[in-house]
Amino acid sequence: MTRKQRRGLLIGVAVGVLSLAAVLVLFALEDSIVFFHTPSDVAEGRMAPERRFRLGGLVAKGSLKRGAGTKVSFDVTDTLKTVPVSYDGILPDLFREGQGVVAEGRIGPGGVFEADSVLAKHDENYMPPEVAKALREKGVKLGQGATHP
Amino acid sequence: MLIELGHFALVLALFIAMVQTVVPAWGALRSDDRMMELAAPASLSQLLLVLIAFVALMHAYVTSDFSVLNVAANSHSMKPVIYKISGVWGNHEGSMVLWVLILAIFGAAVALFGDNLPVTLKANVLSVQASIATAFILFILLTSNPFLRLDPAPVDGQGLNPILQDPALAFHPPFLYMGYVGFSMAFSFAVAALIEGRTDAAWARWVRPWTLLAWICLTLGIAMGSWWAYYELGWGGWWFWDPVENASFMPWLAGTALLHSALVMEKREALKVWTVLLAILTFSLSLMGTFLVRSGVLSSVHAFAVDPERGTFVLVIMILFTGGGLALFGARAGALRQGGIFAPISREGGLVLNNILLTTGCATVLCGTLYPLALEALTGDKISVGAPYFNATFVPLMVPLLLALPAGPFLAWKRGDLKGVSQRLFFAMLAALLGLVATFAIAERGPWLAPFGIALGLWVMAGAVLDPLSRARFGVGSREEVLRRLGNLPRSAYGTALAHFGLGLAVIGIVGTSAYRVERILPMRSGDKVEIAGYSLEFRGLTSGRGPNYTEETALFEVEHGGRPATELRPSKRLYDAPPQPTTEAGIHASWAGDLYVVLGDPQADGSTAVRLYFNPLVRGIWIGAVLMFLGGGLSLLDRRLRVGAPAPASARVVPAE
Repeated sequence: MTRKQRRGLLIGVAVGVLSLAAVLVLFALEDSIVFFHTPSDVAEGRMAPERRFRLGGLVAKGSLKRGAGTKVSFDVTDTLKTVPVSYDGILPDLFREGQGVVAEGRIGPGGVFEADSVLAKHDENYMPPEVAKALREKGVKLGQGATHP
Repeated sequence: MLIELGHFALVLALFIAMVQTVVPAWGALRSDDRMMELAAPASLSQLLLVLIAFVALMHAYVTSDFSVLNVAANSHSMKPVIYKISGVWGNHEGSMVLWVLILAIFGAAVALFGDNLPVTLKANVLSVQASIATAFILFILLTSNPFLRLDPAPVDGQGLNPILQDPALAFHPPFLYMGYVGFSMAFSFAVAALIEGRTDAAWARWVRPWTLLAWICLTLGIAMGSWWAYYELGWGGWWFWDPVENASFMPWLAGTALLHSALVMEKREALKVWTVLLAILTFSLSLMGTFLVRSGVLSSVHAFAVDPERGTFVLVIMILFTGGGLALFGARAGALRQGGIFAPISREGGLVLNNILLTTGCATVLCGTLYPLALEALTGDKISVGAPYFNATFVPLMVPLLLALPAGPFLAWKRGDLKGVSQRLFFAMLAALLGLVATFAIAERGPWLAPFGIALGLWVMAGAVLDPLSRARFGVGSREEVLRRLGNLPRSAYGTALAHFGLGLAVIGIVGTSAYRVERILPMRSGDKVEIAGYSLEFRGLTSGRGPNYTEETALFEVEHGGRPATELRPSKRLYDAPPQPTTEAGIHASWAGDLYVVLGDPQADGSTAVRLYFNPLVRGIWIGAVLMFLGGGLSLLDRRLRVGAPAPASARVVPAE
């Protein structure tokens, strides 16, 4: 093999791997990304039906109800609209009424959001940036959270 | 008083770094020895000053001096001493001081042990290193100053987030930073080489130990973080493809590629241009990691307080160094002479494949990490990219890498013989095949691809064992000859084998726990029993207790395995005093087959307690594997031929610049 052919082979392999990766990335981004929506988005019907998404907002005060076994239900609100959420599992340590929360799942029959995971971030006054931003966009005034200097 | 001294020392360090940026490089340009000689004392005094600043800050933490804002915000007088110390880098400002300290240590190491470096190269390297220090000290002083006072001083501090009060996490950031910052050495050497317009085997011999040192620290740092997340966060998971995790994983991938390409460059003088580019990219990814973590542009479990000003500053630093490095590369890469031709099937060819796959894998992680940012900027849609994306893109790229890996060390330089190699790897194939059949036989469920994953891990492990054996002519030569040859093998050969073995073990751990994990969630009352993965657990109720700075509710589980008592598990829920924050402590029973993992949930309305149980098969392989990679890298680092500062063999020694 001449030097030129070797270089050609090298470039061929590199381009081959890169295009394979590009195809994988494009397909994966098509299928596996999860959108983030607020309760107002849900009320406006802004998400694709049947698709998993993340619902973010505040846990409505007084909405947490424990059912049989480890089933729980609560409402997520952005103070304008509210979406009921059902979840079967253990809520994170920092899950509190009135605090920020992100639930992932899909809208089930009857308009209840069936979550398969619930995240509350590990900081007392922490609000997930998506939630804070989305709430601000909806014109909700946020209290001054504790800022780490 | 001491804190003002620290502040003052850091300002002085800034000025010294500025001088050190300009003068030695200028001297190198003008061939002025005296100007170049300034670099060594400058970097040593820079280290001394940054050390004073760091010690002053640490003193304030240990003595709980709450008149310092940073201490008041992040420490507490009732905290155990070790967490007072680790509290120094448990927050943004202090961790940046640690960043700069490690940078100064690396710079001083070049100044001290770099006697055999060409004079101009040494001057240029130290100048580039000082320019990085200048940028980051400026960053600390302007946006994140830990030396600010608070008046009046509060009676007590706000405390360190309790989930961070953990031994593994105490040392997670320093190791991570040694990795990130260690790659700055590769960057400085690359830029210096570009400025001089030449690189050679001696250059690679210098870059490789630094890269290796950075790499082993980063490996251990990432492993510690993952281990901590596994037992402390109580989710039973060990890796979440969280943006901040990816931020440390990308430099690791690029750094792994760099280690291997520097090997080609050192041994064969090939891949010069590529290695220099990779050195620049690896450090750029480290800077990007710092940016992603510190700016809070990406939401993550790590999200620190968001401060746009800091984010912008780090972004500017990143653009300056990445852009500058790449521009210099574009302008000067043509001047680097290419050497060493090789056949596609050869050790070089194998390492090129390693580099292509690792960098492409790194690129897919980069896409997944930055895509949410790009999409939000373009369309305003907020999305998250999670494990499914990375499983669909990154994992397929790693399969050919792992398939090819055992063959690599068996191939000869320049031209290899694939048939001979496959004969010598016969036992590795056999091991993989047996593993495949055995896993299919044992596993009752799980995806059909998983046994192939286990086989792949065994293939890598067996290949790693066969490598030194084959070099010692095991099974061919006499017993004495084999032992003599094994004794004569360089440490780096054992290091390579150990690290590859660790990787294989980690692969088995990853596949085992991802594919065969069992999870159960149920409410339990005292006296209830539950079965999981052959274990039987009896819940014996809750007791309240008090630790040094928390109260806790601890559950007692009596665990039986195969009808015999195996162990007792005591998972708990803690409530810390300051800040008042709950945490979950998992109860873990480890065995070779896997971990039994129990966490407590909330008390239920009917008086029972929610309990979550996992069985994570083979999960220990992940961290044992990572530790073996660390040890393997360390063993290579101890190799006589690679020792930092060791003189090059006469044949490869370069003529020092006059």
